[in-house]
Amino acid sequence: MSVPVLSLRGVSKRFGGVRALVDVDADVHEHEVLAVVGDNGAGKSTLAGVLAGAHRPDAGQVLLDGRPVVLHSPAAARALGIAAVFQELALVDDLDVVENLFLGHETVRGPLLDEVAMEREAWRLLDQLAASVPTVRDPVRTLSGGQRQVVAVARALLGSPRVVVLDEPTASLGVRQTAEVLNLIVRLRERGHAVVLVSHQAGDLQAVADRILVLRLGRVHDVFDGDASYEDLLAAMTGAVRPGTPNRAVRR
Amino acid sequence: MSTQPAGAGTGAAGAGPSGAGLPGAVWQRVRGGNGLLPIVAALVGIWLVLGAVNPAFLAPENLVNLTLQSAPVGVIALGVVLVLLVGQIDLSVGSLSGLAAAVVAVGSVSLGWPVALAILVALACGVVVGLGYGALSTRLGLPSFVFTLAGLLFLAGVQLRVLGPLGSINLPFESWFVRSVQQGFLPAVAAWALVAVIVVTSAVVQLVARARRRRADLACASLPQIAVRTLVLGGVLAAIVAYLYLGTARGIGWSVVLFALLVVVTDVLLRRTRWGRSVRAVGGDRRAAMLAGVPVRRTVVLCFVACSTLAALGGVLAAGRLGAANQGTGGADTYLVAIAAAVIGGTSLFGGRGSAWSAVLGVLVIQSIANGLTLMNVDQAARYMVTGAVLLLAIIIDMLIRKRREA
Repeated sequence: MSVPVLSLRGVSKRFGGVRALVDVDADVHEHEVLAVVGDNGAGKSTLAGVLAGAHRPDAGQVLLDGRPVVLHSPAAARALGIAAVFQELALVDDLDVVENLFLGHETVRGPLLDEVAMEREAWRLLDQLAASVPTVRDPVRTLSGGQRQVVAVARALLGSPRVVVLDEPTASLGVRQTAEVLNLIVRLRERGHAVVLVSHQAGDLQAVADRILVLRLGRVHDVFDGDASYEDLLAAMTGAVRPGTPNRAVRR
Repeated sequence: MSTQPAGAGTGAAGAGPSGAGLPGAVWQRVRGGNGLLPIVAALVGIWLVLGAVNPAFLAPENLVNLTLQSAPVGVIALGVVLVLLVGQIDLSVGSLSGLAAAVVAVGSVSLGWPVALAILVALACGVVVGLGYGALSTRLGLPSFVFTLAGLLFLAGVQLRVLGPLGSINLPFESWFVRSVQQGFLPAVAAWALVAVIVVTSAVVQLVARARRRRADLACASLPQIAVRTLVLGGVLAAIVAYLYLGTARGIGWSVVLFALLVVVTDVLLRRTRWGRSVRAVGGDRRAAMLAGVPVRRTVVLCFVACSTLAALGGVLAAGRLGAANQGTGGADTYLVAIAAAVIGGTSLFGGRGSAWSAVLGVLVIQSIANGLTLMNVDQAARYMVTGAVLLLAIIIDMLIRKRREA
């Protein structure tokens, strides 16, 4: 197989006395959706944070194209082509949709902001996501949960990043919008992006994932192929063992 | 299903709900708490009441005085707006303005520096203090309320030490600096020319923006809307100039021109540049701004530096207006008036919401009350109480807006 775009090698992270990640290895390739599942507190969001530069690992390495990199900040990760949508979405409520989409990477004409170019690009992105956002000049505060999610995903896609890290992108979405986001993830893969999808909704993952990495108590418990059964995933996530199935036997 | 940009082109330029006419959009902005209209209305109300009680208040010459009184503290309030926008506060702006005034007086009189150099040194003091505050805030994570309280005391001490045992130093009356601050006024012709330039510039900017948006197939303001806005702007400016130059009234002072220029520049910076956007983002949601890649620390440091520098400039103007620097310059209630002005003008104490214009409106409200009550021979005690009540009202409104947004 090709060299992974982004890899973790022996990554550990603790918050005070809590060991959020312990010696985690992970790889994600181009044209691939790597799903990360786990129960609450398994370390999923921390893993996403490490990939996106929001958390610095205490030990271990992050490799980009096989070379070690240090992701000081989300901005640094972004500059290297790693974009993230965080669970809390990281939208500024008082700013409008366009302002949020381009926050930190505004388009300028000379010294001033180019509102026209940004607004056009905003509509293009939102239309691409089939987003039903009524106007892009209302504060994000006035949008519904699903609309906010779409805005956050659209922001991650600005500048065509190589790796897109999505932390619980469907958590607050309805059925139709969940389908839209999953379609979008498939489209990202088709366009060659490497996608890391963090979720605890195993059903979503099965629909789009090429490989599924199961985290339990901060450790990589198992790695499944995308066609793993729901029961196997659930068993690996919770530690319950299906009668008659030897644990950790599904690896191919 | 998906919204087409062209389809949204019915209402006001992208603001307000599509389909709402001009009054609807205005109401939306008032409700949203972003508009300055409520404060403008309050200011007009205050003027009408004060003018009804004592017609001398509305005399052109008195309004000229009002603008001259407002400029120094207005410059300070403008800086306060910037730190409030990033969710911080600076309690030491009064002491710092006093120190700057002392530096100008001591430098130019006792040490014999050229006035320009003394002013530059005073402003440099502001830059240094702002950098210090920025470091304390972003590197050590100290709450600005506490370290600027320390700064208030410390800088007041430095001010006394700089002034020395005399405690009061008069600036030479004939220096260009004192003359231009005290007696320098924009000639009427220049004022009218300025109005024309501003109105034409505004119209051209709006038309160019409209043309670009039309080409990009985005919602844009209609020509009648632009015409109405331009006429309102021109009408207001013309009324101000006509009134302030009526009869023997002196008109618009240079310090007032400077203040207005600083407000316009700050307003453009806040609304039209990457820096301004990062200011609003950091104040609105610091963590989200950080995750989005906004340089949070740099933004906060720059706001502290801008605030301190403007505070120093306010002190310099105050010294020029008084023709002296003494132990009382920038003391007493200066910092409270500046902070109160920013808040009364609609800048939130909680960060993220506000406008450069709130410094103008807030200062005009406070100084109008002070000026009007003085004309009525009301004592200092009553002035404090009235100003305090107005500030309380402003904070209650700020709080209510915030609560409704979170609901």
